Amino acid sequence: MVETNADGLRRDEKLERLALFGLASPALLLVLVIMVIPVGWLFYVSFIGADGHFSFENYERMITQKSYARIFAKTFQVSLLTTGLCILIGYPLAYFMAGLPRHIANLCLITVLLPFWTSLLVRTYAWLVLLQKKGLVNSWAISLGLWDEPIKIVHNMTGTLIGMVHIMLPFLILPVYSAMRAIDRDYLKAASNLGAPPARAFWTVFFPLSTPGLFAGALMVFVLCLGFFVTPAVLGGGRVILVSMKIVSNIELFVNWGAASALGVMLLALTVGILWLASRFLRLEQMTGGGH
Amino acid sequence: MTQTKNDALPISVRNVTKTYGKVFALNDVSLEIKSGEFLTLLGPSGSGKTTLLMVLAGFTRPDCGSLKFGAHEMIRTAPHLRDVGMVFQNYALFPHMSVAGNVGYPLRLRNVPKAERAERIERALETVQLGGYGARSIDQLSGGQRQRVALARSIVFEPRILLMDEPLSALDKKLRDRMQIELRHLHDKLGMTTVYVTHDQREALTMSDRIAVVNHGRIMQLATPQALYESPANRFVADFIGDSSFLPVERHAGTVAHAGQTLMLAHPIPETAELLLMIRPERIRLLRDTPPPHINCFKVCVTELVYQGDSFLLYGKTGQGAEIAMRGAVRDGTVSALPKLGDWVTLGLDPADTVLIDGTGV
Repeated sequence: MVETNADGLRRDEKLERLALFGLASPALLLVLVIMVIPVGWLFYVSFIGADGHFSFENYERMITQKSYARIFAKTFQVSLLTTGLCILIGYPLAYFMAGLPRHIANLCLITVLLPFWTSLLVRTYAWLVLLQKKGLVNSWAISLGLWDEPIKIVHNMTGTLIGMVHIMLPFLILPVYSAMRAIDRDYLKAASNLGAPPARAFWTVFFPLSTPGLFAGALMVFVLCLGFFVTPAVLGGGRVILVSMKIVSNIELFVNWGAASALGVMLLALTVGILWLASRFLRLEQMTGGGH
Repeated sequence: MTQTKNDALPISVRNVTKTYGKVFALNDVSLEIKSGEFLTLLGPSGSGKTTLLMVLAGFTRPDCGSLKFGAHEMIRTAPHLRDVGMVFQNYALFPHMSVAGNVGYPLRLRNVPKAERAERIERALETVQLGGYGARSIDQLSGGQRQRVALARSIVFEPRILLMDEPLSALDKKLRDRMQIELRHLHDKLGMTTVYVTHDQREALTMSDRIAVVNHGRIMQLATPQALYESPANRFVADFIGDSSFLPVERHAGTVAHAGQTLMLAHPIPETAELLLMIRPERIRLLRDTPPPHINCFKVCVTELVYQGDSFLLYGKTGQGAEIAMRGAVRDGTVSALPKLGDWVTLGLDPADTVLIDGTGV
């Protein structure tokens, strides 16, 4: 009797595991179809030369031609600047929201998320309208006497950054805000009670405890920026060339799928490399007591 | 430099009021705490005891009133300039710092040189019996150890006033009992003026020089543990400290009677509009033979009998419907000789234990 029960229980356990796998299988299948196969194909195509045979020419070109290095450098520069500006704007905003009563903070969160409900393209073109020579920003600034001549704030780096920061801000604010909400305010009281003036209490206690959220948000923004296309393409006006645009031009102008794929693989490799470095850095941070 | 008695500071609270909307968290509270005293604020949750502590620490801004540490007016001083130690209910130990980092934090803020800092951290940790724990991280510690680290952090900068907000409430009973004694010893050794908040009356009785019983934002009574227990000012205090039964009494020109039976008294009758007879369960006795003279007797019908190992609890009802609880020691033979439910027994109360209190409802 006891033996039979043991067998039955073991069978139940197996069935349960199978059921779990069954539930996950549609998602696994989807990942296989839309992730693994295309990326594998991308990898394969990147090693096909212009003559249709296996070659390293796509990668050689990236190393030998200076323009490619410049494009990668520009991509990283724009991504870093966007991330930096997002931190400068988003962190204080998240701090402000974290201090509000919950229902008001939720309202603020909705306004932060509101732009997500509008199409990316619409928001980007809206910036174009606002920032152009005879746009709202220039005409208001002139009538207010801030500057005399219309200045160029779009179709260049400035416009690109304004647009990208606007699009990316929620990705930074959300994780930072939730990390800050989780910080017990008694820590700040304790710091204050032990003799820390408000600024000192912030830098020695609150900020270190909020860094996991800040790292998560900054990393997300940075990685998203690396492959961003629509906004820099429209607001950069061809003056800010990023890897994503080079990929598009390789396909649309030169119909060189191999070169485009190699750029994609390179960007993917760099992104994975950065994520790996960041995760090591974060783990190190936790070991020294920086995490929660 | 050794960690011994430093000059403690007296605390003077005068007419402090704090309202939240229409609710009085503190209602015109005045309180003088002597230098070096261990004073406990005791009350149920929402009574205002924590609010008062937060006013002392500077985290709650009262509507009006005065607060003095020694001769200095502190009511508008920012918390970080008050120089009082505080142990938080949840300890509030910084999770991103080691034990030494936490204990050394107030010293770093005071620019204590590194060598002296290390020495003082170790000494504070030894004071709370955690010597050598400096390198540990906070999440490696048990609840009791965290409590000690929080204590070490609050005394390492030698504040002259120490505030504690229910510091033992998260510990299990055995550890709590031990820590009560330890905290009291530590206070005697360091000599700082200590204000301790708790809702546990036994904790308050064990540790305090004086206890302020707080309810509805007012101090109901401020007295030594003994005075509080023996002669509570009113029904709330009597009810909150220890167990008691209350019997209605009538006043007849200099004498007091319960249900027509004049009570023999050893204490003067309080001059209040309403009177109640307070009976502590351990002070009333089960009389088995003819009652001795000079003892107040109550005939009750046993309604409940609870065996609790070291003692038994007997609940009885008088002919008039008043309930009396009585606690008796269990000695050999007592258990078998205990009365049964429904039996009528006589309970006896010495005149010295016959305490009349102000019966005005609070």
